Amino acid sequence: MSAILDILASAGLWAAVLRIATPLILGTLGALLCERSGVLNLGIEGIMTFGAMIGWLAVYNGADLWTGFLLAALAGGVFGLLHAGLTVTLGLSQHVAGLGVTLFAASFSYYVFRLAVPVAGTPPTIIPFQPISIPGLSDLPVLGPAFFAQTPPTYLAILLALVLAYVLFRTPLGLAIRMTGENPHAAEAQGINPMVVRYGAVIVGSALMGMAGAFLTLAAFNSFFPTMVQGRGWICIALVVFASWRPERALLGALLFAFFDGFQLRLQTALGGTVPYQLFLMIPYILSIAALAIMARRARVPQALMQPYRRGER
Amino acid sequence: MRFERREHRPVALVIATPLIAIAAALAIAGVLIAIAGAPVLEAYWRILVGAFGSRLSATETLTRATPLILTGLAAAVAFRARLWNIGAEGQLYLGAIAAAWAGSHLFGSWPSIVQIPLLLLFGAVAGMILLLVPLWLRLRFSVDEVVTTLLLNFVAVLFVSMLIDTVLKDPTAFGWPQSQSVSDAAMLPKLLARSRLHLGLVIAIVLAFVLAFVQSRTVFGMQSRAAGINPQGAAFAGVPLGRTLVAVACISGGLAGLAGAVEVMGVQGYVTTNLSPGYGYSGIVVAMLANLSPLGVVLAGLFTATMFVGADGMSRSLGIPSYIADVIVALSLLSMLVAVFFTQYGIRR
Repeated sequence: MSAILDILASAGLWAAVLRIATPLILGTLGALLCERSGVLNLGIEGIMTFGAMIGWLAVYNGADLWTGFLLAALAGGVFGLLHAGLTVTLGLSQHVAGLGVTLFAASFSYYVFRLAVPVAGTPPTIIPFQPISIPGLSDLPVLGPAFFAQTPPTYLAILLALVLAYVLFRTPLGLAIRMTGENPHAAEAQGINPMVVRYGAVIVGSALMGMAGAFLTLAAFNSFFPTMVQGRGWICIALVVFASWRPERALLGALLFAFFDGFQLRLQTALGGTVPYQLFLMIPYILSIAALAIMARRARVPQALMQPYRRGER
Repeated sequence: MRFERREHRPVALVIATPLIAIAAALAIAGVLIAIAGAPVLEAYWRILVGAFGSRLSATETLTRATPLILTGLAAAVAFRARLWNIGAEGQLYLGAIAAAWAGSHLFGSWPSIVQIPLLLLFGAVAGMILLLVPLWLRLRFSVDEVVTTLLLNFVAVLFVSMLIDTVLKDPTAFGWPQSQSVSDAAMLPKLLARSRLHLGLVIAIVLAFVLAFVQSRTVFGMQSRAAGINPQGAAFAGVPLGRTLVAVACISGGLAGLAGAVEVMGVQGYVTTNLSPGYGYSGIVVAMLANLSPLGVVLAGLFTATMFVGADGMSRSLGIPSYIADVIVALSLLSMLVAVFFTQYGIRR
């Protein structure tokens, strides 16, 4: 019991929570934006992998960190364009197209990485984003290091969640996106082009996924290795349901999730091998499934999600 | 420019579709190979030689095709009923560990003729159970099964990893996490001496024929298809949707679990966490390349195995990362999706 309290009182835990949450926030926002326009984007796992790889490769080749981050977003957007072409223009099954994009993006990442970086004993590294302390605030006990001594992309992710919440619910653009996700026919009657809205949402959403991946290589770790995304993309897809398709809840959901993840890691160390470590590693996935089961019924799914839109066809 | 549904689909076009798709995938991958600075045609020739150039490589390709056909069938049967089972990888691992456990702890001393079918059954049932959980969540709580089956892959692999680290650990494996081996009596007979090719291939092909028959000639086959095309209409016409989906899930999960059992009993006799290099995920591609036809799965499984085995040889001789095989397989899936679309829709200006 005291071990648990020690963990909860440690600044390290809370700092880690925000770090773990950052890629989840970015990825969930990306998936959420796509789904709000009516497109499920299961390409996320692969797009995150590609973003992680491109961001790292750019920095490894001399670009500065923000350029790498931006390139990862651009690369994500390109895969978003591919996914939109398949699902919006052709109206293919969003499930299968998304899995295709994931398989392609992931294997393409490994291929490009191996071409660019010859096999070495220890993976080459870069100098990642360093935490920025906000003077004064970062000296607060526990809260300081957690909330005011993070790397810049973490602050950016939180800001983006608030921006997306504002855009979706307070601007005409957001209304157009939400309407397209609910009823593209009605949206079109209002003079909105559902195809354009969906393309835009999927491209921008995928760019966010690319950033989510880049955070892993440019801030959380300093090298790229295959399978480093490790199902985080799928967890983001689950978090969208948990958040009932609302950005501010996505932020909270990602933080809650990251809390459990950070907590289990420390609990695992505290218990010192008396419990098989695999049990702890299962927790994030089981939590996601439980969250889905709890929230799936209550959540209001965008009504046109996964329905292709073709003019004049119902 | 807009798309219009075709009134009828030319048979020749439908048959040519997978070939066109694969050609397109090879063309795009060719550009990637060229960028890497290797001669494209030679690279593809090396893939063929690597996969079929010798007795050893040919039997290796067929051995590799076996689990791909089984996971491909698992995906095909589920997708036809619009049950999005993306969890074949986890079901495979659970099937593998169930077979290994039954073979080492329960029936290890039994004769082959009883033991082999029993172990295969254990594997299949384990796979089934893992798919029934997400199906239950879908029917009971309307949770989309895509994400749950995907997430369960991670849970299953961790669970297997835990078992082979603890209760099922082989104490004679020099500390490596691997399960205890099944007895020799549990190993599937070899089809050819001095090769790894085993009876699993025959099992997989026979099951493909059985499934093709069931889907085209039985009421259940018709019902599962109807449930996929138009659930409301099917329910109105009296198809028991829930029961049909449960049956489909049992077949799909069973086939994926069987793939794991067959891999254990055919190839190495024990389970490690690198038993499968993503057979469950590749099975999705195999099923899509086959356009969800069970017999097509056999050919598509062979194609995919050719890429994976052949790319290793090509990689060694030309210095191209062998990940190109995964790229080709993924591109085949995407181009197949597009190609199938154009068999259903024509372009009208």
